[in-house]
Amino acid sequence: MIKIRDLKKSFKTKIVLDGVNLDIEKGKITVIIGRSGEGKSVFIKHIIGLIKPDSGHIYLDDKDIVSLSESEHSSILKRFGMLFQGAALFDSMTVAENVGFPLREHTGLSSKDILTTVKEKLRRVGLVGIEDLMPAELSGGMKKRVGLARAIIMDPEVVIFDEPTTGLDPVMSANIGELMLDTQKALKTTYIAITHDIALTFRVADYVAMLHEGRIIAEGTVEEIKNNPNPILQQFLTGSTKGPLQVT
Amino acid sequence: MKDFLESLGKKVEDALLTAGRIGIIFGQVCHLAFTPPFKLRNIFRQMEFVGVNSLFIVLLTGSFTGMVLAMQSYIALNKFGAESLVGTTVALSMTRELGPVLTGLMVTGRAGSAMATELGTMRVSEQIDALYTMAINPVKYLIVPRVIAGVLMLPILVIVADLVGIAGGYLIGVNMLDINSGVYMARTEEYLQMSDIFNGLIKAAVFGLLISLSACYQGFNAKGGAEGVGKCTTQAVVMGSVMVLISDFLLTTFMF
Ligand SMILES: Nc1ncnc2c1ncn2[C@@H]1O[C@H](COP(=O)(O)OP(=O)(O)OP(=O)(O)O)[C@@H](O)[C@H]1O
Ligand SMILES: [Mg+2]
Repeated sequence: MIKIRDLKKSFKTKIVLDGVNLDIEKGKITVIIGRSGEGKSVFIKHIIGLIKPDSGHIYLDDKDIVSLSESEHSSILKRFGMLFQGAALFDSMTVAENVGFPLREHTGLSSKDILTTVKEKLRRVGLVGIEDLMPAELSGGMKKRVGLARAIIMDPEVVIFDEPTTGLDPVMSANIGELMLDTQKALKTTYIAITHDIALTFRVADYVAMLHEGRIIAEGTVEEIKNNPNPILQQFLTGSTKGPLQVT
Repeated sequence: MKDFLESLGKKVEDALLTAGRIGIIFGQVCHLAFTPPFKLRNIFRQMEFVGVNSLFIVLLTGSFTGMVLAMQSYIALNKFGAESLVGTTVALSMTRELGPVLTGLMVTGRAGSAMATELGTMRVSEQIDALYTMAINPVKYLIVPRVIAGVLMLPILVIVADLVGIAGGYLIGVNMLDINSGVYMARTEEYLQMSDIFNGLIKAAVFGLLISLSACYQGFNAKGGAEGVGKCTTQAVVMGSVMVLISDFLLTTFMF
């Protein structure tokens, strides 16, 4: 459903993306792995249009979305949801206001209907009775789950996850993984996640791609990735300090 | 010397670039301010934020400035035996110059810095990106209400500053300097014209625009965590204050 072709992006002299090619299949969970600072966040921000590439194309249902005008792009955004690395909840709003924000801005629903939908989505991510708390009162795992509820409130076709488990304990990480699977299954949504959490990757991914030095160096199903002999990939998966990847 | 010129050249270049970028944001703000939907609630909240939060400090600076003005002008006017003009001097200085400029500087420190901190925090914690991904234009949602609030509230605050300044001057003039109260008021009314007040209010509106624009610009361009937010706040205050002083000079030159 999304095809990325020869995507390039540099900041000043630093080349971050150096010709990325990737196909993202509809209704599947695609996980992009890579080391910290490799440009994973930069890459997914291209997909949702937060960053414009220097060159290359992103096709959504065969339509190039790189060169769209502001207003055309805005209508495409309604098909996307995004969970940010730090959840990016609005500090000045309660949990319920955060989750219901897209509904309040884009639909004519009454406050009562909005609250009902908000509660339903919050229940789906395992949060009950926290509607009136402020983001500052939540733990990291709760913030991520509220962020997930907000990302799926409009029932988007594509949800993008920027490191959904970073900073969480292993049990909470596993829980987030399960929530991703649960929420994805219901509507056969397309999920795209970037992470360096191998356990999460193996738990949820239908398809895995590794981003390294601005390119996709390996991709395939979990089985294929596990059996891929690429030394960089294998070192990353096993978390060894010995191999082609240098710690600087 | 060459290094100095080079760094000066770089500074000028940066300043021009910044001016250009702020100009672009201003253009967007003008366009978006008149594009529906209009979120009055956001505007009112910002007006409250700029106006109510700055009220106390404006009352304080306005009244003390008026009182000091009375004392200082008395010293000068006394030499010509023109003490009765203290009221006139206070009223003209307050309405034309000190009311707008001091209020502008105070609002920069009080509201401009807070705007920059809030927006800077939203930038570095990706809340502004989040707005964008929810198909909300961050400029319309965050900057437009703040700029409107700045343009509308600054003149109101300046009226307050003018009033308490003149009252402070009267208090000192009549009670401490023994100027006849009737004469003090008569002289004030005689020379103070609507146009003086009006010119001051135009200045105020321009200051309100520049202060809120610089604060929003700095906030939107914050990067790199808490340190970056602190830096953007400092820059918003410096930039806002400099803009107030420079535009004050330009407006005074052209309007009077
Ligand atoms: N707006 C920007 N301006 C300049 N450089 C940037 C910008 N955004 C990202 N970078 C640079 O691009 C590189 C990749 O950053 P990115 O945030 O995508 O990494 P990441 O893979 O998401 O890492 P992490 O796992 O730490 O989140 C970094 O070196 C960063 O400094
Ligand atoms: Mg990242």
